Amino acid sequence: MQRRTFVKALVLASSIAALGSASQSYAADTIKVGILHSLSGTMAISETALKNTALMTIEEINAKGGVMGKKLEPVVVDPASNWPLFAEKARQLISKDKVSVVFGCWTSVSRKSVNPVFKELNSLLFYPVQYEGEELEKNVFYTGAAPNQQAIPAVEYLMSKQGGGAKRFVLLGTDYVYPRTTNKILRAFLHSKGVKDEDIMEEYTPFGHSDYQTIIANIKKFSSAGKKTAVISTINGDSNVPFYKELGNAGLKATDVPVVAFSVGEEELRGVDTKPLVGHLAAWNYFMSLKNPTNSGFIKMYKDWAKKNKIPNADSVVTNDPMEATYVGIHMWAQAVEKAKSTDTDKVIAAMGGQTFTAPSGFTLTMDKTNHHLHKPVFIGEVKADGQFNVVWKTPAPIRAQPWSPFIPGNESKQGM
Amino acid sequence: MSRIQRWIVFCLFVLGSNTVFAAPDSALLKQLASDDFDVRLAAITQLGSQEDPIAKRIIEALDQDTLAKSGDQLLIYDGEKAVDPVSGGNIAVIPANIENISLNNQLRQALDTAKASAKLFSTDRSTRFAAANQMRENAVESMLPILDKALATETDADIKQIIGLASARIRLTSTDPKQRLAAAKKLAESSDANVIALLQSRLDANTDSTATESDNEVRGEIALSLQSIKKRIKFAESVGTVFTGLSLGSILILAALGLAITYGVMGVINMAHGELLMVGAYATYVVQGVFRQHLPNFIDWYVIAAIPVAFFAAAMVGILIERTVIRHLYGRPLESLLATWGLSLVLIQAARVIFGPQNVELANPNWMSGGITLVGDVVLPWNRIVIVAFAAFVLVLIWLMMSRTRLGLFVRAVTQNRTMAGCVGVPTGRIDTLAFAIGSGVAGLGGCALSQIANVGPAMGQGYIVDAFMVVVVGGVGQLAGAVWAGMGLGLLTKFLEGWTGAVIAKIAVLIFIILFIQKRPQGLFALKGRFVDS
Repeated sequence: MQRRTFVKALVLASSIAALGSASQSYAADTIKVGILHSLSGTMAISETALKNTALMTIEEINAKGGVMGKKLEPVVVDPASNWPLFAEKARQLISKDKVSVVFGCWTSVSRKSVNPVFKELNSLLFYPVQYEGEELEKNVFYTGAAPNQQAIPAVEYLMSKQGGGAKRFVLLGTDYVYPRTTNKILRAFLHSKGVKDEDIMEEYTPFGHSDYQTIIANIKKFSSAGKKTAVISTINGDSNVPFYKELGNAGLKATDVPVVAFSVGEEELRGVDTKPLVGHLAAWNYFMSLKNPTNSGFIKMYKDWAKKNKIPNADSVVTNDPMEATYVGIHMWAQAVEKAKSTDTDKVIAAMGGQTFTAPSGFTLTMDKTNHHLHKPVFIGEVKADGQFNVVWKTPAPIRAQPWSPFIPGNESKQGM
Repeated sequence: MSRIQRWIVFCLFVLGSNTVFAAPDSALLKQLASDDFDVRLAAITQLGSQEDPIAKRIIEALDQDTLAKSGDQLLIYDGEKAVDPVSGGNIAVIPANIENISLNNQLRQALDTAKASAKLFSTDRSTRFAAANQMRENAVESMLPILDKALATETDADIKQIIGLASARIRLTSTDPKQRLAAAKKLAESSDANVIALLQSRLDANTDSTATESDNEVRGEIALSLQSIKKRIKFAESVGTVFTGLSLGSILILAALGLAITYGVMGVINMAHGELLMVGAYATYVVQGVFRQHLPNFIDWYVIAAIPVAFFAAAMVGILIERTVIRHLYGRPLESLLATWGLSLVLIQAARVIFGPQNVELANPNWMSGGITLVGDVVLPWNRIVIVAFAAFVLVLIWLMMSRTRLGLFVRAVTQNRTMAGCVGVPTGRIDTLAFAIGSGVAGLGGCALSQIANVGPAMGQGYIVDAFMVVVVGGVGQLAGAVWAGMGLGLLTKFLEGWTGAVIAKIAVLIFIILFIQKRPQGLFALKGRFVDS
């Protein structure tokens, strides 16, 4: 009872707050752009930085004259890590604020919750986070990685000699659609590599879980069976902080049992003492530590923006993969609008295919002509003592996304739109 | 023989010949710049066991992630200036296309083990101890001569034991049955869980015939050793499970104890209790900030200083709530429920405005990081131990206050018979305020403890309010002792179920258990007995 009433009150409170933001001045010659990221609740740790990146990118585009001669006008809403609220907020952005495009969502459950809204109102969503695939919506562009651009290469690396030759796997995740689906794909992939079910342990925790003692004890027990063990973590949100703290305190070193994470980047590690975590891994399509001129420019632009806008701890802000994906997504959308000479949803979708952009990852990324996903390079990094990642493996060139994983039966016929 | 083994043998030869260490030649340095992982692994293994200044300089650069290459040329490059690793002099013209040479887990392990083999002969005991531990699980066959030599010279019994185990692990696959027998016997003293796997693989019928033990006497010894290790590890694991249960229990107690006073004793349904925890946690955060700014040398002790601050901050908020809202609502549970729930929203929003909507970062002090190794893989983390002790400390304090002080006497008198207490001159209004303040202050202490293990954010209290009410209701309203037993019981039950069914199912199972329990025994574990005005 308390929880439900609490949620209701939250909905009420935040819609009042949103009413306030909606009454911003209407300028006739602007293009409205919606930003739909949780600024409070369990996902705020990850999503707040994406809102900041989006605002920065919009400022950057406006400073260069905007899109089609019009300035972009951001409309920011806070869905508060509350999945049904995402759908309400999306509807509000499209119907009431009349935005041309929405950049937003982190968790797959939030994306699944807004998908019907975008379909019904025929609007556009740019989704900037790696996800589980198994979906292809006409109204969504996926600028994060599909499983074959992150999860599969990471597991292949762990199994390789260089990665330690892991033979036993712990699949550990938060209990919702992304970890469950990813682990289903990974289990099928591991089977195809000859790993048996008794060498795979699967564990889930609720959102916001903060007591990882039992799970870490179980991992230790599981890893002591003699074969090299690795942990594949799809834990999302602020649970990562207690998880990594416990990992460090329990003395589970990366040289013994490496943990590779798919939702942990520079931003999530800011709240953790990384010295005991040196060597644990993350797989992404971008790391802040990549050395190339585009990336240096990107990092500098974000740091300056953070200082100018007095973001808390502005001196220590970091960039990460979903931020890069947000940045790339906004720029590609702007290019597509210029090409289509319209913000009409169908015209922009048609113009998106084949767009290219020189990304901070150091590669020129291309939007696939048919499947709404980017061709992306894959990097695997090890945590360093300063919370940055040291790239230990990378693909030579960007890989095309396979949103329908070939490891799930029945997917053979589903390709393209 | 693989390339790695060849290199290891070579490096052993160098080590074996002792005293004179060859300086790394240019061929070896070139191998570090190789693209082939195996070649790099071999080169690093070899470098790790050398003790000349050049090797040291290169290893240091590897540790700091400054070793780089440009083509075939090695250099130490920190982003500004480049140093030649052989001469140690600056390189005037920084070459183009510098690429970092970095360690990954495999290389780091090889390097650590190689370094450890040299450190086994250090004069410092702790260095030798760390080196021996590194060898215990990672030593390879070719390191046997070093281990034997260390075993002969080592005087410390603990270190000798570890080195003995390391060499026994290797000797288990020796060709001499006598050595295998001795090794199997020795390994009975081990408490490494992965020794079990090693021993088991010697007993199992493998496809690879060399891995299976053929000698019956040795087989018997292995079986015996297996038994004794398993027994010891099983025991340690159950101790570990009980400890995690205790730790969760003490967190529940810390979260619920304040509520047991305000709800249990005073009868106020305080929905803002979770937010009082949050106030305590943010008070800890503020103290950390003050220490960082003004007393950076004592940063490790900020938690101690935060304890009274958290108590008083939460107590002040408690007094404010009591004086302004709850005072008018005594005996009207529904209204106080609604009012305090509104207050909780106000407090959450206030925290959001003051500290921002994101979680804030609280660092564990050094003395609360790491843990005690019980046996083998069972580690009891320090922060958990400290919190268990802290919960006990708070309990004793509250118990002393309630049973030994005048204030405690008054609080008990007022809750038992308000009118009578008033008649004999107890200032009931003031006692209510003070009792509520103490309940809130204890919640603040709970928040201070939680800040060391969980996330601190504006909505953190929401996660504990349900648990806290659960503990108080199961324990029996009106009883502090009930809250203690219920907290410990629920903690142990949750952890026991979690190990068995996973976290999600465990949480559901515990909730179902509580529903059934309350159906069966609505008065909770400990019911109030005797004549009371409220009943």
